[in-house]
Amino acid sequence: MFTAIFRGLWLTLKHSWKSRETVQYPEQKESMPIGYRGLHKLLRWEDGLERCVGCKLCSAACPVDCIHVESEENESSSPVSKGERYASVYEINELRCIFCGYCEEACPVGAIVLSNEYEFCADDRSKFLYEKEDFLVKRNEDYPELKNRYPEEKLLTYL
Amino acid sequence: MAIAGVILIKVIVVFTVLLILAAYMTWMERRVFALVQVRVGPNRVGPAGLLQPIADGIKLMFKETLIPADANKIIFILAPALTLIPALSSIAVIPFGDKVEIFGYQIDLFLADVNIGILYIFALSGLGVYGIVLGSWSSNSKYPLLGGLRSAAQLISYELSLGLSLLGVVMLSETLSLKGIVDAQSEIPFIILQPLGFVLFVICMLAETNRAPFDLPEAESELTGGFHTEYSSMHFAVYFLAEYCNMITLSAVGATFFLGGWRGPFLPPVVWFLIKVIAFMFFFMWLRATTPRLRYDQLMDFGWKILLPVSILNAIVTAGAITFFNL
Repeated sequence: MFTAIFRGLWLTLKHSWKSRETVQYPEQKESMPIGYRGLHKLLRWEDGLERCVGCKLCSAACPVDCIHVESEENESSSPVSKGERYASVYEINELRCIFCGYCEEACPVGAIVLSNEYEFCADDRSKFLYEKEDFLVKRNEDYPELKNRYPEEKLLTYL
Repeated sequence: MAIAGVILIKVIVVFTVLLILAAYMTWMERRVFALVQVRVGPNRVGPAGLLQPIADGIKLMFKETLIPADANKIIFILAPALTLIPALSSIAVIPFGDKVEIFGYQIDLFLADVNIGILYIFALSGLGVYGIVLGSWSSNSKYPLLGGLRSAAQLISYELSLGLSLLGVVMLSETLSLKGIVDAQSEIPFIILQPLGFVLFVICMLAETNRAPFDLPEAESELTGGFHTEYSSMHFAVYFLAEYCNMITLSAVGATFFLGGWRGPFLPPVVWFLIKVIAFMFFFMWLRATTPRLRYDQLMDFGWKILLPVSILNAIVTAGAITFFNL
């Protein structure tokens, strides 16, 4: 009986010189895998035009109705998106959102995607109503996890 | 007058150090557990988490004190004190250093050298059982009652073996006073002369302090907290403190009886004493992180059918060896 206890003691002692498994958040952060469903982002095409055409398919697909889209005609002199219309109002209530990714699956042009960002606390409910400027990326390269998610050649056929 | 002043200062210093040590044992326990579980443990509150016990103390003070409706209020509130007072008083006879000279006064580093030293400690630990039984009974609830009864039976059974395991050392040093026992280890620490006694003492120490693998009375999974289920806030803190003070006291007794007390080369005596006590505590925590707990009937079987005969045997063999080799 005592030998079993000593063997157990040696086993626990052996663990004391293994390197720690703890991730010291917030100094160290674990990276999320590809396909992780975090905050929404609105992507652009290679030439800089916005992808979102204001078709509201994401809003229709959303199971909790947290997306609100309003669309307007594109000026032919200075188009915002490649199609005929663009999204003038694009709001998502991130508190309502369940991060299911249905909006991303529904979008025909690969505009709305869920990135790897998961740190977005605020101290007031109104601060969770994100507007279009909160989503629109400046460059697609800012979010390397979204690379090649929606290749241009496949999606341009929709437009 | 000067002597009264010296004693008063000694009392204040010893109790303060004991209470702070007991509080920081909680820190050490969490860090040791984390060490063997490949985690880190508290390291945010202050450097290396050293302010964690203070944060815990403040949190406990601010918690609401709930007393069950049909509980016996007076005894409910008194019981933790009944456990804490013996735990704190036992430290009085333990010598933690050799004589020192401060400002021309010769100061002995113990509070009182009664010539029945170890008997005093046993008497007090017997009193400690009352606190647990009364606390569990006055809670007027099933889980504390069962936990308290189990704990009382466990404590009483293992007290016998505890005393008998120390009998060998008492025979070898021919005195009950702890100072005398430390003095008798000037050449060899008694762990070499009494290895079986040491093993028995360690096992009984674990059972006396309700530590794993003998911690069924406070097992969370079996008894939702055992005898301290209904206690909250400061009352719980007192029980908690009493348990750690008990551990420290018995570790100090073990260090005194078997490891030579404050004896050791190079470093000052008080440092050696602390090292030995903390080594015992580390072993407690290491063991708790390792072993599963004994079932209650296994515990009682072990205490009465194995430990008691073996400790009696140890005492007899020691007595025989002393007589025949004229030690």
